[in-house]
Amino acid sequence: MFGSLVSQLPIRLPSISYQAIGPELILFGAALVVLALSATVGRREHPQLYRGIGLFAAVAEGAWSANLLRLIDQHGPSLAIAGAISNDGFSAVVGIIVAAALVLTMLIGPGFVESVAGQGPEFVTLLLLSATGAIVMAQANDLIVVFLGLEILSIALYVMVGFRLRDGLSREAAFKYFILGGFSSAVFLYGVALVYGATGSTNLVKIAAFLSSHVLINNGVLLFGIALILVGFGFKVSAVPFHVWSPDVYQGAPTSVTGYMAAMAKIAAFAALLRVMMVAFHLQLEFWRPIVIALAVLSLVFGAVFALRQREIKRMLAYSSINHAGFILLGVLAATSGGVRDSLFYLGAYSVMVIGTFGLISLIQVDAGKVEGSLSLDDVRGLGRRRPAVAVLLAILILAQAGAPFTSGFIAKFSVITAVISVNEYWIAVVAMVTAAVAAAFYLRLVLALFSKDEAEVGVGDALYPVAVRGGSDQGLRLSTASLVPIWIGIWASVAITVFFGLFPTLLLDLVSRGKIFY
Amino acid sequence: MLVLGLVIGFPLLGFLVLLAFGKRIGDPGAGWVGTIAIALSFVAAVVTWILLLSKHAGQRTQVLRLFQWIHAGGFHVNITFRADPLSVVMMLFVTGVAALIHLYSIGYMKRDARFHQFFVYLNLFVFSMLVLVTANNLPLTFLGWEGVGACSYWLISFWFERPSAASAGKKAFIINRIGDMGFMLGTFLVFENLHSVSYSQVLPAAHRLPAGTAEAIALLFFLAAAGKSAQLPLFTWLLDAMEGPTPVSALIHAATMVTAGVYLMARLSPILALAHAASTTIAIIGVVTAFVAAMAATSQTDIKKIVAFSTVSQLGYMMLGIGTGAYVAAIFLMVTHAFYKALIFLSSGSVIHSLDSEQSIRRMGALAKLMPITAWTMIIAWLSIAGVPPFSGFFSKGSILEDAFGRNELLWVVGVVTALLTAYYMGRLVFVVFYGKPRWQEVTKGHEPHESPRIMTIPLIVLAVAAAVAGLLNLPYSGLRFLHNWLSPVFGSALVSYHLSASEKVLLPATDAVVALLGVVIAWRLWRNHSERKALEPTVLLKGWYLDSFYDRTFARGGTALAKFGDRVVDPTIIDGAVGGVAWLFRWVGGLGRKVQSGLVRSYLLIMVGGIVVMLAYVLVSAAR
Repeated sequence: MFGSLVSQLPIRLPSISYQAIGPELILFGAALVVLALSATVGRREHPQLYRGIGLFAAVAEGAWSANLLRLIDQHGPSLAIAGAISNDGFSAVVGIIVAAALVLTMLIGPGFVESVAGQGPEFVTLLLLSATGAIVMAQANDLIVVFLGLEILSIALYVMVGFRLRDGLSREAAFKYFILGGFSSAVFLYGVALVYGATGSTNLVKIAAFLSSHVLINNGVLLFGIALILVGFGFKVSAVPFHVWSPDVYQGAPTSVTGYMAAMAKIAAFAALLRVMMVAFHLQLEFWRPIVIALAVLSLVFGAVFALRQREIKRMLAYSSINHAGFILLGVLAATSGGVRDSLFYLGAYSVMVIGTFGLISLIQVDAGKVEGSLSLDDVRGLGRRRPAVAVLLAILILAQAGAPFTSGFIAKFSVITAVISVNEYWIAVVAMVTAAVAAAFYLRLVLALFSKDEAEVGVGDALYPVAVRGGSDQGLRLSTASLVPIWIGIWASVAITVFFGLFPTLLLDLVSRGKIFY
Repeated sequence: MLVLGLVIGFPLLGFLVLLAFGKRIGDPGAGWVGTIAIALSFVAAVVTWILLLSKHAGQRTQVLRLFQWIHAGGFHVNITFRADPLSVVMMLFVTGVAALIHLYSIGYMKRDARFHQFFVYLNLFVFSMLVLVTANNLPLTFLGWEGVGACSYWLISFWFERPSAASAGKKAFIINRIGDMGFMLGTFLVFENLHSVSYSQVLPAAHRLPAGTAEAIALLFFLAAAGKSAQLPLFTWLLDAMEGPTPVSALIHAATMVTAGVYLMARLSPILALAHAASTTIAIIGVVTAFVAAMAATSQTDIKKIVAFSTVSQLGYMMLGIGTGAYVAAIFLMVTHAFYKALIFLSSGSVIHSLDSEQSIRRMGALAKLMPITAWTMIIAWLSIAGVPPFSGFFSKGSILEDAFGRNELLWVVGVVTALLTAYYMGRLVFVVFYGKPRWQEVTKGHEPHESPRIMTIPLIVLAVAAAVAGLLNLPYSGLRFLHNWLSPVFGSALVSYHLSASEKVLLPATDAVVALLGVVIAWRLWRNHSERKALEPTVLLKGWYLDSFYDRTFARGGTALAKFGDRVVDPTIIDGAVGGVAWLFRWVGGLGRKVQSGLVRSYLLIMVGGIVVMLAYVLVSAAR
């Protein structure tokens, strides 16, 4: 009977291009290897080994993506695995950016995380898994696959946020992130369902083909589906008003996880957002552009303004990342190949500098004898005198985030604003520039604090912590010299890349301009 | 034309060397470095002149192109310098006079606390002046124009410890800004109409300008020239500029910088030739300035103020020449004036130097015996400026007046009266300072004034010779009109020549000579034995026709009141209010953010759902029904 069943309903397996999904395979495989090894040689005995494997996998993934990009440049893009995976320049470039973020985090993160949460293979494994999810999202040519990647990424991130199990702040952050994330995933999935209902497919190319050949008399279902998909992505990139989780989560998560999350969640979500909007719904541009404009402008304004009153550096940087999300959304709303390129540039530049920034903040926290919970402006006051190297590097990265010239941050902001201007949305460009100026106020406040005299600022009476999010036991933490070396390598690399691409932006621009979306 | 680069390059080199090592080289080494740099520049200028002389008259315009300076759309400006007969004349007398004044300054500025600084400015000035006269486009000329203005400001307020010097520098700078505005607007108009700012293209194409535009351009550039060359109504700064050290007055505020306006007008002669109304205006303003300033000069008691008014008056003559189309005569007067006016200033400086910085002629007198070289050189300068034949002023002023007569008799009458006044006020200066009874005992406290050191008297003698014989440059006889023949290709058809009858050709110079001698005689009769004659020194003239106090009362006080109003009312309430208000608004909204961020998951969800609801509303509005 079973045989007849098989013969009657043949399950046609699609041909699988292992080359195209090589990046995922490498990362996922490495994660499995780390887990298997830890089961055989012991969880705590060989932390350097796990890190080494993770680092190797990250580099290999980057190399594989680079090779893919070379092949795609030669032979052109293609769809793989029954059209569910897109093997194009865009996914390869995102793969390279993911690799860069992953390598930096592998260098900086584990030393800190293991010193608070104990040594083990889990952190490396989760990093590898979340990066796998990110690449799946970047390659996904199907809304269901996008959702798959989103969940792989998100679930790994939920766990990483709550890594400091003994700390209430961390647990609370993880729990909030999980609940709100679950909510947004549900909204996203509902949007997918509505789009499927309207178009009969979840495949991006097929949706586009359907929409270009059919006129929907009642398009409310489709439009509401698009809107809900945007909500899902808006949550992931923490665009206002779906940003509410991010300050609490950024503060509660281990600092290097915060940096990683800020980078990787944005890379993955923006990659998927760009592809979905550019491929499937490009004809509905007139409909969704106002929504993205609203998200972008709100994120730009509120990200910059809410950060002004923060004295807690990690929360301030959370708002700063909301502001950055607004900037990247500018490239999305342009919905041109130039906009895609500029968004990719911004993602690459931002990922590198934000991971370095949080790495340095971790170092400062260790110095101040604080657990990876919170750090107020007063804690860094006069740091320029005590730790000049740390202060100068942090100042460079913060100024880069503010968009100072001779850093990649400047080129990034400049290019997305150019993208908006090229579609004649001048007022948005003006808003973006004004918020950049407002944002400069709090970035500079941090830099000034670093190099000011060792005295408390007047008006410390301002609440150091927001209500409800409290905690953090100052038991101090120690870093071994062995883990300091990769940390410093990672931080220096981040600063060097930021300055290098600020001086020679054409190199990075050439790379990201090869990231064309195939449709 | 590489040698042209050297003419400009030596002062620049001197400036850089003095800037870097001036303090180490010190006194008097820094002075020698500066002097040698200018002397070398003079030699290079002579070589340039000889090179041009060896060329055919039609090919004497050479351009040295260094590099592109500005390129924006259709707007190009190159760093290009131009050697043509006009700029070579300017180069020669600027570097020549400047070298002598540098030499003199080594003695004059001796033991000044900022000795090297003085020569830093002086070399920078000469560099800027050379850029001004050799530039081949308007923006580069403007660069030199502003450069000399800045140096003038630094040098007027060189002794900035004195509040009067500091404010005199400011005044010179501010009044010149009015003129600079005219320069810029004129440049814009030229570019708008001719699509270029290079002389090589603008001047040959000037005839394409509509008549009205040409008038406007000419008047705008004349505004610039009126500022720089101290014409009515902008001349008041030049009187205050006498606060600077005397060599500065001689070099910048008599011989070179103040003639930049005349040079600019001469350079733009093709445009001026099209602008008849503007030319007439220039001629009238010129002759009125000459007369008004000469009247004021008759009543001054400060020796440098007399000379300063005299400079204004002579610049008025030059503008009269420009306005009547007598460009060669204007340049001729400019060159001879540079000699004798520099000489007058340096001689006055010599007197001031020996009397411990006393400047009032009331406290001088009977100095001829004690300072014979100074006295004799001053007398030669006096006879030159008065126009007594055969000194240089007779020929240069004579040719101006001749053309003025050709244009309009009234211009000539005023010019001749002014010539009489010139001979008279300079005579007054000479007699009161060098003859009569000694009145300087109080100042010198017993010891006798003595002749200045040789380093100061040698330039006096050289300049005295030049002032006496410079008339040879352009004798009014056919075949001997060297300067005219040299310059006329530059001006071409712009140069106006008036036909005078044979009797007029004899009578006009004769009148000049008689008038000059008359002035000398009147001065001798009135001032030989007097140092003070209240009836001849009315207050209105002493105060310079009250022009300065009028400006002070209207513009300066009005402007100050406006500034104070801005400081008291506008700035704190409106400007600070707006800035503070914006900052407060952002902080307030930022504070709101903290309230929204309550930390409660349910309120977070509420915010997100609120966002979704707004989107749903948008979908309902935009969905097709």
